[in-house]
Amino acid sequence: MYNFDFVKPKTLAEAAAAMAGDEAQALGGGQTLIPSLKARLASPTTLVSLGGIKEMVGVCTGDDGSTCIGGATTHGAVAKDAAKLYPALAKLAAGIGDPAVRNRGTIGGSLANNDPAACYPSAALASGATIVTNTRKIAADDYFQGMFTTALDAGEIVTEVRFPVPEKAAYIKFEQPASRFALTGVFVAKYKDGVRVAVTGASEGGVFRWKEAEAALSKDFSAKALAGLSASADGMITDLHGTAAYRAHLVGVLTRRAVEAAA
Amino acid sequence: MKVTMTVNGASRSGEVEGRTLLVNFLRDTLHLTGTHVGCDTSQCGACVVHVNGQAVKSCTMLAAEADGAEIKTVEGMANGDGSLSTIQQAFQDHHGLQCGFCTPGMVMSTAALLKENPKPTEAEVRHYLEGNICRCTGYHNIVKAVMAASGQDVSTIAAE
Ligand SMILES: Cc1cc2nc3c(=O)[nH]c(=O)nc-3n(C[C@H](O)[C@H](O)[C@H](O)COP(=O)(O)OP(=O)(O)OC[C@H]3O[C@@H](n4cnc5c(N)ncnc54)[C@H](O)[C@@H]3O)c2cc1C
Ligand code: FES
Ligand code: FES
Repeated sequence: MYNFDFVKPKTLAEAAAAMAGDEAQALGGGQTLIPSLKARLASPTTLVSLGGIKEMVGVCTGDDGSTCIGGATTHGAVAKDAAKLYPALAKLAAGIGDPAVRNRGTIGGSLANNDPAACYPSAALASGATIVTNTRKIAADDYFQGMFTTALDAGEIVTEVRFPVPEKAAYIKFEQPASRFALTGVFVAKYKDGVRVAVTGASEGGVFRWKEAEAALSKDFSAKALAGLSASADGMITDLHGTAAYRAHLVGVLTRRAVEAAA
Repeated sequence: MKVTMTVNGASRSGEVEGRTLLVNFLRDTLHLTGTHVGCDTSQCGACVVHVNGQAVKSCTMLAAEADGAEIKTVEGMANGDGSLSTIQQAFQDHHGLQCGFCTPGMVMSTAALLKENPKPTEAEVRHYLEGNICRCTGYHNIVKAVMAASGQDVSTIAAE
């Protein structure tokens, strides 16, 4: 690992100022960034730890009833503290990695990284969440822009994520057994005005909405409504864990299971 | 930069670089070599310690991030008189280790599990220990040791 300066601001304002520096990078829980630094895939000159900023930690209910999660809240805290507010989201958080990863890794880090196999992006997209940064609010539909690519500008910090709470929802992950990331994962969320289905782990373009399934489920929220629908293997990931066709098949299976599990 | 943390009950300080990992500070500066580095890629859990009471992979946390924290390592697990703690004794009694390389992390993860869930089911034990890899035992005896440490009858589970 190349060396860097380490700073740990106490307020968001101080962090934003530190991030304005050339080659400064945010450090969330470090569960992705520290392995990348060890592999010399990243070489910031300054790491700005977000771990000391109290205003970025916690789970609460917003004025409009949405579940609001501070950008530096750990997966473990979401698993516990969002369990009553948004159970499917809490359950997703409880299934990320292992306990030690969940005790450090944060929602802001996961969404900023936008790993094509990560869990949280599917929850944010299926919920039509709002990603709040130190400078603006970004709708999930505009936020995810492809593998490891987001709408975030350099130095921008995810401070909070606001999830409208669905009537019913479930996330089903087909685990890649060694890494526990999603080989493919599907988040289904039913709102009063329609159903949203977001798929992670499958596409070379990162997380995406399966619009055909959304249309069918919005008319009839049942596994039956999905009969005859299949996701296209075009643009899906092929790697040693599974082919594009295999992943496309999983999308259908997991969507059905998610609808059945949705509570 | 200088960091100070409470390690197994005693205040310890030392100089670190920005990039110094918590596990390197524990092993190289404090000479607490009970905490192991098995993979260095955040996957094996041999390096698990408790930071403010929570299980954390010390190879995936900067020492600077632990400034001011309470740390507990496997060296802090034995009873006051030096005898093995209930968890450690159960690992010995049930052959929960062979080479012992993964054991410090297993013991620390087990302690975190039992604090949260004092009487876990076998399935809960296996799920909680997903991030701790053992190359020797095949896990059955580890699970058995954890169940025994929680005071449950293990005569009917997992072969030795
Ligand atoms: C063994 C293991 C298993 C895992 N399994 C899963 C899994 O099953 N599912 C899953 O989804 N993930 C998994 N992960 C990844 C884990 O969820 C990470 O915690 C997460 O991807 C990154 O969050 P972090 O807080 O650790 O971010 P960091 O590693 O600190 O940062 C990641 C990136 O985000 C940036 N960043 C961090 N916080 C912010 C912020 N608030 N605003 C803007 N940018 C920020 C950093 O600069 C960096 O570029 C796993 C990781 C490990 C080590
Ligand atoms: S050495 Fe830390 S997880 Fe393997
Ligand atoms: S006892 Fe050898 S790795 Fe677990």
